[in-house]
Amino acid sequence: MISEQAKQRMRDLASRYPVARSAVMPALYIAQQEEGYLTQEGLQAVAEAIGLTVNDVESVATFYTMYYQQPQGKKQIKVCNSISCYLRGCDRLVEHLEERLGIKPGETTPDGNYTLRTVECLASCGTAPVLQVNDEFVENVTPEMLDALLDEWDRELKASSVGVQFVAPDEAEASTRNR
Amino acid sequence: MPELIVTKDIDALGLDTLEGYRQHGGYEALEKALREYQPDELVELVKKSGLRGRGGAGFPTGLKWSFLAKNEKTRYLCCNCDESEPGTFKDRMLMEKNPHQLVEGVILTSYACRVSVAFIYVRGELAHAARQVQRAIEEAYAAGYIGKNILGSGFDLDVIMHRGAGAYICGEESALMESLEGRRGYPRLKPPFPAAIGLYGGPTVINNCETLFTIPAIVRNGADWYASFGTEKSKGTRVFCLSGHVKRPGNYELPLGTPLRTLIYDEQYGGGILGDKQIKAIIPGGSSTPMLGPDKLDTPLDFEAIAAAGSMLGSGGVVVISEDTCIVDAVLRMSDFYRDESCGKCTPCREGTFWMTEILHRLEHGEGREKDIDLLLDICDNISGKSFCPLGDAATSPVASSIKLFREEYEYHVREKRCMVERETTHKVPLHAGEV
Repeated sequence: MISEQAKQRMRDLASRYPVARSAVMPALYIAQQEEGYLTQEGLQAVAEAIGLTVNDVESVATFYTMYYQQPQGKKQIKVCNSISCYLRGCDRLVEHLEERLGIKPGETTPDGNYTLRTVECLASCGTAPVLQVNDEFVENVTPEMLDALLDEWDRELKASSVGVQFVAPDEAEASTRNR
Repeated sequence: MPELIVTKDIDALGLDTLEGYRQHGGYEALEKALREYQPDELVELVKKSGLRGRGGAGFPTGLKWSFLAKNEKTRYLCCNCDESEPGTFKDRMLMEKNPHQLVEGVILTSYACRVSVAFIYVRGELAHAARQVQRAIEEAYAAGYIGKNILGSGFDLDVIMHRGAGAYICGEESALMESLEGRRGYPRLKPPFPAAIGLYGGPTVINNCETLFTIPAIVRNGADWYASFGTEKSKGTRVFCLSGHVKRPGNYELPLGTPLRTLIYDEQYGGGILGDKQIKAIIPGGSSTPMLGPDKLDTPLDFEAIAAAGSMLGSGGVVVISEDTCIVDAVLRMSDFYRDESCGKCTPCREGTFWMTEILHRLEHGEGREKDIDLLLDICDNISGKSFCPLGDAATSPVASSIKLFREEYEYHVREKRCMVERETTHKVPLHAGEV
């Protein structure tokens, strides 16, 4: 469901830019935030707010890798595998994650908790190897760190699935950032 | 430690807030410019400073500004913060730690170029940087540095932060404009150049993040001061992003003309190679620039000297590769990147990057044929200069330069069906300096 509030934000964006069409990318982010990925309803809402056809909006959405066409795991792990991270052993991290999560890059665990991805250079080569979890950086990663993080996320996800807030989302984000 | 211009005070506490930035002289340059300079005088000042674009091409910034078409159309500024060149991580740091200096640079440039709407295009993956820039813009609006009649000067400006969504090609200026206009990020045919017909058809100036970051310092301290750093043709300092097999990777701001050896080996900077190994190759300006051998270690890091050595200063991303690395595997990794990021608009790049990757893959995995090496060079020749935008040319750099330097290693792969360097050894490279 795309909320009325989200639709209003999209319309506000359309009037913020010199040309309404320029708001299509930020509006797609809003739609994605609402539902976790881009649904037909999300594309429709963007199209209506901006005054484009759904096909037109979809053609933009499918060009960019950060707009998702499928549901994503609650924790999206993106491991950089470009040259600087490669030189610093990122392949070991990917192998480690594959083993521990039992999935290949591009896949989501059956419980919907984790999506694993290998991505292009994340502009953090000085602290390679790096990964992002839900858009927040984790730098200078070692396999041991990965284990500790995964344990923490497992606990967090388990707690939230039984309705108990284990860590406030903001705190969880901050602890990831400061690591 | 040489004088810092771009990264001055970068680690000061609270620098990312308006108050903190002001405490370090923030927005003084803007006040000075609006009080003392006509827009055209600012353009002359930047021309005189010798500042050249920090995004990759190194085009003189002031000259670029002076090319803007003189007509009645609305002018736009796009600040390119779509940092995605492998080996480059300076803009992210600058945006995260000191977003107000970027905003001040954007306002000054807009004033100089008579721009009324400016966009800061931040790479989608850099969520924290985008939040920092957005907050700085909001604070600057509230303080009267952006908006109507800025500081009573009569100058009006609107600034919009726009997030990308994962496409390397949008760092190419015409693709960036397409993306900003709400389309797929396909590059445009040039000419017309953005200075004539750019965003929404208006005259448009596009500059890299670090370039605009430098403007407040030039306005505050003068063109002669800035030009006193660096070499005769490459003025000023640059933030070099050092990564790969060095003991102390990181961003280091140094005057242009500093030798590669200083950046890589000096204790204050790179501190030498992990495990005290030998250098096999150096990529001097991001993965799109041809790699150099260790014989070029004494080359000064300036536009002219690096070009004379056979490469480009590019984005300032210096990637150091040690002797324990299989060059074919490393090049395959870089080729993967260009294949994935090719936008698919033109045939040479779309097909060429795909086939180069396929061939490198079979060479690396012991299935290479003797003629594959020349075939790779032939593909490079068919992409270079024949693709629609520079992405295709960039994709050929690692392949062609590595064959030139390490042909023997490629031939070894064909002959022996395995790497000259044991893969195990590559994996044993310590992850961190602490493990050395």
